[in-house]
Amino acid sequence: MTVPTSEQLLSGLKSHDPRAIGRAISVVENNGEGAAAILAGLDRDILQKVVVLGITGPPGAGKSTLSSGIVKNLRSAGKRVGIIAVDPSSPISGGAILGDRIRMMDHALDPDVVVRSMATRGRLGGLCASAGATVRIMAAAECELILIETVGVGQSEMDIVQLADITIMVLAPGFGDDIQAMKAGLLEVADFLVVNKSDQPGASGLIMDMEQTFSAKEEESGIARVLETVASENRGIRELLERVDRFNGYLLDSGLKEQRRSRALNAETLDWILEMLRPRFLQAMEKTSMENDPRIRAKELIRTTLRLHSTDTQE
Amino acid sequence: MTTEQTPYRVLIGKPGLDGHDRGAKFIARALRDQGFEVIYTGIRRTAAEIAATAIQEDVDVVGLSSLSGAHLRLFPEVVSELEARGGADIPVLGGGVIPDEDIATLLENGLTGIFTPGTPADTIISSFIEASQRHRDHDSSNK
Repeated sequence: MTVPTSEQLLSGLKSHDPRAIGRAISVVENNGEGAAAILAGLDRDILQKVVVLGITGPPGAGKSTLSSGIVKNLRSAGKRVGIIAVDPSSPISGGAILGDRIRMMDHALDPDVVVRSMATRGRLGGLCASAGATVRIMAAAECELILIETVGVGQSEMDIVQLADITIMVLAPGFGDDIQAMKAGLLEVADFLVVNKSDQPGASGLIMDMEQTFSAKEEESGIARVLETVASENRGIRELLERVDRFNGYLLDSGLKEQRRSRALNAETLDWILEMLRPRFLQAMEKTSMENDPRIRAKELIRTTLRLHSTDTQE
Repeated sequence: MTTEQTPYRVLIGKPGLDGHDRGAKFIARALRDQGFEVIYTGIRRTAAEIAATAIQEDVDVVGLSSLSGAHLRLFPEVVSELEARGGADIPVLGGGVIPDEDIATLLENGLTGIFTPGTPADTIISSFIEASQRHRDHDSSNK
């Protein structure tokens, strides 16, 4: 087999060819030859019709099971779905175990469920830099709804909020103090809060608690933001999707969707700027003395490095 | 191109009905520790499911584990399912309880390497690295 050209990959996206979709994502993720051509050739208009749904939450809350349930519901409605399952890379080896597939295998032979597991690869911009392009490739491959699933620990959930049109936070009873700790950060930015495993003890308390946290948000749109599911039994998922659909309508009408999209594109652009500048600064850094305070040194390096190479471009 | 080597992607799959995945998980972790991105499918998968997943995930290499004795049927089936999906270039390695006399048959039927309980972990890892690198070289051979 010869290596497909960017044109072949782009036309493969349009014809839903799984190999072409997989290859195109890799080329872009690895910043390989042809990455720029693929990115430039992607259909931008189609992106307007796509809904990007972020799903995050602590490990064990049932994100993968919920995602699988969402996919099942969307498939029975005839929608083509993309899933990006993100797991962290090991900071030591750079490797990763991407295990979200296990709960997605029901859909393995469905050509209209496009799944891609991604590792964060220790990038400065975390998720955004690689997953943003994958979203656009899946959109070009005519996925109507794209799920991004990530573990809600550390920075990754903030990235997902930036990247997704609508973010769902999944919690389950029994996490106790972890949830208290999260309140301040992520709960404020999530659009929906799903209490999964709602048939288990402690669920009603958690729901009440969350409804209180979310009541201010609900007033803006008139859409209730706290839901209960039992994902393993497919309970509550259809209602969640109806609510997401209504909320998407609200975002569109209010102009918020456009705002969110532009903010995401700006964030991704900034991530790429930093990513592309990094090797040059790492190189320049070696030649300067460590005597100065890091902040002063950084300022000096920016001044000298950017001036010297101001006409350089790097892919 | 980036200066750093981009991680190899490997799919570890368990075709067939046996539910013993200790070996598969051991290899998955060992490969992660060598910098691989490891996609694990879980147990009891069909050859078609494994091949379709490998294509979607665009892996450099597939590793199969079988302890049920059905390897002579299941391993080559994954190879032919990959071929049918345009993935003939993706090497497939297999391991498990495999009698010596079956190894040649499997290698003739498209498997790139076979490991048995006696194979040292280092040998397995370096076979995965070699197979992945060959796949990458093959990909970039006409640059």
